[in-house]
Amino acid sequence: MKTFPIGGIHPSDNKQYSKGAAIERFPLPKVVVIPLAQHIGAPAVACVAKGDKVLAGQVIGTAGGFVSSNIHSSVSGTVTAVDAKADAQGLMKPCVTIAVEGDEWVEGVDLSDTLIKNINLEAKDIVAKVTEMGIVGMGGATFPTHVKLSVPPGKKAECLIINAVECEPYLTADYRVMLEKGEELLVGARILAKAIGVDKIYIGVENNKPDAIAALKKLAATYVEIEVVPLKMRYPQGGEKQLIAAVTGRQVPSGGLPIDVGAVVQNVGTALAVYEAVMKNKPLVERVVTVTGSTLASPKNLLVRVGTPMSELIEYCGGLEGVGKVVAGGPMMGRAVSNIDAPVTKGTSGVLLIPTAESLRQKPDTCIRCAKCVEACPMGLEPYLLSKMSKKEMYDECESHNIADCIECGCCTFSCPAYLPLLDWLRIGKGEVMKRMRARAAAKK
Amino acid sequence: MGNLLYTVLVISGLGALLALLLFLVAKKFKVEEDPRIDEVEKKLPGANCGGCGFAGCRGMAEALVKEDDISSLYCPVGGGECMKLIAAYLGKVAAEKEPQVAVVRCAGSCENRPRTNVYDGATSCAVAASLYAGNTGCAFGCIGLGDCVAKCDFGALKMNPETGLPEVDEEKCTACGACVKACPKIVIELRKKAPKGRKIYVSCVNKDKGAVARKACKVACIGCGKCAKVCAHGAITVENNLAYIDYTKCKFCRKCVAECPTGAIVEFGFPARKPAAEVKPEAPKAAPAPEKVEAPKAEVNVEVKETAKTE
Repeated sequence: MKTFPIGGIHPSDNKQYSKGAAIERFPLPKVVVIPLAQHIGAPAVACVAKGDKVLAGQVIGTAGGFVSSNIHSSVSGTVTAVDAKADAQGLMKPCVTIAVEGDEWVEGVDLSDTLIKNINLEAKDIVAKVTEMGIVGMGGATFPTHVKLSVPPGKKAECLIINAVECEPYLTADYRVMLEKGEELLVGARILAKAIGVDKIYIGVENNKPDAIAALKKLAATYVEIEVVPLKMRYPQGGEKQLIAAVTGRQVPSGGLPIDVGAVVQNVGTALAVYEAVMKNKPLVERVVTVTGSTLASPKNLLVRVGTPMSELIEYCGGLEGVGKVVAGGPMMGRAVSNIDAPVTKGTSGVLLIPTAESLRQKPDTCIRCAKCVEACPMGLEPYLLSKMSKKEMYDECESHNIADCIECGCCTFSCPAYLPLLDWLRIGKGEVMKRMRARAAAKK
Repeated sequence: MGNLLYTVLVISGLGALLALLLFLVAKKFKVEEDPRIDEVEKKLPGANCGGCGFAGCRGMAEALVKEDDISSLYCPVGGGECMKLIAAYLGKVAAEKEPQVAVVRCAGSCENRPRTNVYDGATSCAVAASLYAGNTGCAFGCIGLGDCVAKCDFGALKMNPETGLPEVDEEKCTACGACVKACPKIVIELRKKAPKGRKIYVSCVNKDKGAVARKACKVACIGCGKCAKVCAHGAITVENNLAYIDYTKCKFCRKCVAECPTGAIVEFGFPARKPAAEVKPEAPKAAPAPEKVEAPKAEVNVEVKETAKTE
């Protein structure tokens, strides 16, 4: 069975908590807070003001550049504020607050479950639609999808890879989508393939989801261009570069992009959102969020409107009792939440509750140069060395040791027997090096 | 015997030859260096702190000798006297700067600013700041993990375990600015060093709206602007819900301190005020001894906040 060539770890997947819970529609909240920066790139610019009436699906923020995304209202109601609100990390970010009144949608949105299979739009119209509907990568990185679909001149896409790996422990949102919305997902994938002009689609699924593999294989039998690729379970297989290596055997060069090896990777959630945007005219205003954890009475996979406070989801699934830490996303790459009243955004794949006993880090000890982190690093870096260099502000050395290739997967910290906060320091070094690289590139221009 | 003589002769001959070679090489490749550089370097404090912008004192010495106009060069550690000495030696005009001292503009102790979560990542303000807003409701104030203390070459900063905030030892602080650069939240500022350790400044950097800031911290600046109105010298500006006192204009009248509703403006090194609402400070008699001891900022002044001093 295929997998990526170097590094990787085997955390226990803990998907049993929410695996069996079918996707459930979360009731409309009373108030939603919709951040204007839910994606990588420039924040959107608010185009509504306090007191305005808005409908669900209406644009409330227009993209602030090419690498940016439109923001739509997820509910109908009255705008009560356009100001800065604390995000999940407690940092103030521009947001639009809407008091919910009823559930009226803008005209033209098809909310029915009817499956539409025929793709009538041309490639450039698909990209335009994806841009208009504010679709971003829903695996967690929230990179605007239309940017990925606009293949730069001189480069040629050869295949589309649908990232159905969901290698993050605990999360089951993509898994449920594969089981319940398999048809829509495949149509979404075909739309994406048409947009970039390729006729080969791989769907990479890890073998800890045998029923999803079987279901997708059955559905994909009718499409010649789609191939479901079962992958050996290993974290971080869902990393873009790891997935390409696992599925196609090609290595994205250091500092390069997937398109350099002819691949475009899109997440399951993104494919579904693209299907809904192109076929149903529905902007990205809701997503499936896994609310899970060993302390919860009833872990669930919820279909949530963007802007719903995380605290309401937690309350809905059993509350905070015995919880020491709340994480937005999975346990490996998700970020700890210091403000649980922060809203669900386009990139929130899960809300994970970690019991008090497991929530604190172990006390760090001295590095014994055992090189476990080197073995675990899927990018072939030397995390023990890089973290030390970063700590000592040796940024030139960090750069020459390819710190910019770090994908921040956390394998090094996970594998460290001395419990050293390796990734914490790597991030600092990577941030500084990236800043320098950008400054150099700007100076060159 | 013959062998021994032969050996001694060969070794001495070789030695003499190589010495001659070294002498010739040294003559040929001699680097002409201004002898004044060495002299100037001797006059500099030799802390190699980088506060002047150069990697070390040698770099500064070279620049001082090389540049005709040295007004843009300044050694914060040596201060005005050191600069004057060097300028006199070189026959140039030194920049005149008032002596400065680092000031921590945050009074968010555990008591004033309740902790809302526990941080257990790497012990570094830079790391914590890159991850989230911090372990209090205030996203602007001191994180308290001591990056500034670690960067101080002069031992002038130390963490107060009670308040969780760094404290500046004015005697030791050379205003090299290393802590200012190390602080990811830009809480530390270099301000004018006044006699008797006198200081008045806004001990807050929170730019949130008043209600939000106040909710996070009891002694936050809420940007009400009362201080700016009462200031007769136009030293105070309020921008982004935050007041700032321009130390070049401040005349230490202390009116703003009394006016501030939250106690965000603090004063140090002044004699105690009379209990009545007298605004004018007493004639500058020598400050009582205990005041002087407390000058290295520990607590917010008694008049402002009713918390008792602990020392």
